[in-house]
Amino acid sequence: MQITANSATSGTSAIPKERMRRSMLVVEKMTNTSERRNQEHMESTSRPLADAHPKIVIQDMNFFYGKVQALTKVNMPIPANQVTAFIGPSGCGKSTLLRCLNRLNDLVDGTRIEGKILLEGNDIYDPGVDVTDLRTRVGMVFQKVNPFPKSIWQNVAYGPQLRNVKKRATLDDLVEKSLQGAGLWEEVKDRLHGSALGLSGGQQQRLCIARALAVNPDVLLMDEPCSALDPISTGRIEELLYTLKEQLTVVIVTHNMQQAARVSDLTGFFLLGELIEYDDTKTIFTNPSDRRTEDYITGRFG
Amino acid sequence: MEKFSIKKFLDSGSLFIWLCGGALGLSLLMIGGLLVLILINGMGYFWPKDLLQLTLNDGSAVLGEWVATETIPNSESSAKPKGHERIQLKVGNRDLYGLDFRWVDRADIVNEQYPWDVVVFERREWGKFFGRIKQIEEGEMSLASGNEEGMSILFPLLERTNGIQERIDAIEKEEIGELNHRLEQTRLQLRSLEMSGQPGSGERAAIEAQVQALEARYEVQNIALIALYDELKRFRMTVVDVAGEAQTFPVGTLMNAWLPNSLGIGEKLLMYVQNFWEVLSEEPREANTEGGIFPAIFGTVMMVVIMSIAVVPFGVLAALYLKEYATQGVVTQMIRIAVNNLAGVPSIVFGVFGLGFFIYAVGGTLDQLFFAEALPNPTFGTGGILWASLTLALMTVPVVIVATEEGLSAVPREYREGSLALGATKLESLWRVVLPCAMPGILTGLILAVSRATGEVAPLMLTGVVKLAPSLPVDGFFPFLHLDRKFMHLGFHIFDVGFQSPNVEAAKPMVYVTTFILVLVVLMLNMAAIALRTRMRKRYAGSSV
Repeated sequence: MQITANSATSGTSAIPKERMRRSMLVVEKMTNTSERRNQEHMESTSRPLADAHPKIVIQDMNFFYGKVQALTKVNMPIPANQVTAFIGPSGCGKSTLLRCLNRLNDLVDGTRIEGKILLEGNDIYDPGVDVTDLRTRVGMVFQKVNPFPKSIWQNVAYGPQLRNVKKRATLDDLVEKSLQGAGLWEEVKDRLHGSALGLSGGQQQRLCIARALAVNPDVLLMDEPCSALDPISTGRIEELLYTLKEQLTVVIVTHNMQQAARVSDLTGFFLLGELIEYDDTKTIFTNPSDRRTEDYITGRFG
Repeated sequence: MEKFSIKKFLDSGSLFIWLCGGALGLSLLMIGGLLVLILINGMGYFWPKDLLQLTLNDGSAVLGEWVATETIPNSESSAKPKGHERIQLKVGNRDLYGLDFRWVDRADIVNEQYPWDVVVFERREWGKFFGRIKQIEEGEMSLASGNEEGMSILFPLLERTNGIQERIDAIEKEEIGELNHRLEQTRLQLRSLEMSGQPGSGERAAIEAQVQALEARYEVQNIALIALYDELKRFRMTVVDVAGEAQTFPVGTLMNAWLPNSLGIGEKLLMYVQNFWEVLSEEPREANTEGGIFPAIFGTVMMVVIMSIAVVPFGVLAALYLKEYATQGVVTQMIRIAVNNLAGVPSIVFGVFGLGFFIYAVGGTLDQLFFAEALPNPTFGTGGILWASLTLALMTVPVVIVATEEGLSAVPREYREGSLALGATKLESLWRVVLPCAMPGILTGLILAVSRATGEVAPLMLTGVVKLAPSLPVDGFFPFLHLDRKFMHLGFHIFDVGFQSPNVEAAKPMVYVTTFILVLVVLMLNMAAIALRTRMRKRYAGSSV
């Protein structure tokens, strides 16, 4: 199964053999830098779109900032318990789409959305939807690492406390579990009440993940979570994704194509507000059906 | 060596740097100069000065504290050539001479000396007396005659009279004060009973009995007081000035006496500290020119505290709405401009507004609703510390609004989004994340507001400051905090002592002292706010790694 957005040029034309070979080489080079496990993983989860039931379905979505259209006719199902990556050049609308999934764009004045986004069959833009409730179900990790200027414990307990969890023991338990879930517990268990801003950048980002996990979301949105981190911290967060997707659905926006290739099961390529191509990551990186996708992943774009 | 060229010099930017540095230096110099002037004049006031005795060529003698030496302007003659100097002495003895100060031409001076046995008598009225003791007597009996003998028995007597004076103060302030307070209460009870239209005779009789009991107690206290006053007058002393002119007064009017010219440096230091403490802790005497300024310090600090309590919530809430909830557009922009302009409105305008709105409108209504029995005497319908504080709060609220708005803008968007993405509502995000982060900014606004309010005088003169307040706004009578009372203020005290006093020249040191303490109070209030802000910053900025 292959899904392409409303794109007149969606490629059915044969791709010249030479170009095909080049893009294969690129992918090989990319995957060489990642661990072998990644490759096995990519091979073992072939065709995830076909057999998974979709957690989120985006239907005919248009999005406007004032009069400027940022997204045009986006259609995509996002399967449960998979990692879906959005790639594309800057300004292509991938972050906008991500922020539509938890309605964070509501905060921006003058935005307008058309179409539907179904979370487990229910439209999240339905007037009856409680936005705060939606946001606890759809957590988010930001590009700019943003732990609150509070203690580590307070950061993680923030979400549950909003949900009126008051018992100290319950909160302690939640904090520990969430930090373990984000792989941070061992590093911070002795200084839970120290400032979160005293952690390193990578630790801070994992704290943000722990903070998001503490409210027990179904979906985790990640907006370029590693763009400000060093390769070691990036590697730890990528490893985390493998374990996280057993419990929840992950959608990740990334500029880093190697990262998309390493961590995602599915990849959607965006260009100028349109979803050009959406398929298994392996297919996108080895056998893209659209020429623009191929140009982008081979670095010949523009 | 490279040739110096003006163009190169200008291009290098050194000129600009010099200009900037110069401007900063000049500002610092002016501020520093002001502080040094206040410090020297203010701190010098506490130092016990030596008494200088001048013998003049006509045979007369002058005794006093040296104040200044200056060149006589425009009065050259053969006897007094140009550049001739004169000396200003503070001669005291106001009851004898009528004047506190005297100028003496240097040419007339035959001899200068510091006699070791001259005494400074500090009195409760008429200022200081410089001279010697002639005689101390009890009734008709002479206890001591001559300076030396007189000084030897003076201090035990002084201790006794000061003890009596303390008891008089205690009776007047506490016991009679309480009786007056309760008499006033019963008067008001009677009045409200009359106004309720049902003068239940039983109740009335009870109150009248109470009045009688209180008046009987008052009489007892009064008799005790009269006895104490008589006791004060028992010992009389006669003192003579340097020319031999005598003056007699009861020892009870004396507060202290010392031999300035024979004090050692240690004793002078001790006196210095005592004088300083006296100014900080005592009430003013002699039309505010002597004694302490404690009520003014207290009034200033209390007014600023009440103002802060009013201005911070008010300003922060206004800024929150303006910044976070209002739709940004022309209207909010106009409001911002208006708020900024409000900060530039002359303070006297706020004073007039406070008088018209707070005192007459709000206070007048409160009086009619809740204090009708006291009318026509106003309770809240006249100037008081509450109205003065609220007027200043109104005056400083723009500063707090602007600072809070800036503080809110400085909170990174990521914090708000992070909070919202965890399912917080906007209010929860504001309350739990944004406001704590904006707290240092809010406190900066408070610091600016406090600085401006502490030094403000003009609006206070219309809204409740007085030259001499009979009692502090806080005392032992229910409800302990009397927000309707008039109060004293350091800024107004400077104006009053310096420009409204009958004896301006003698009050000059007091002006400097008050100014010095006002600066000190501003500094301390600001330090408190800055310490709080630093703590907040540490808490919300985390340890730097």
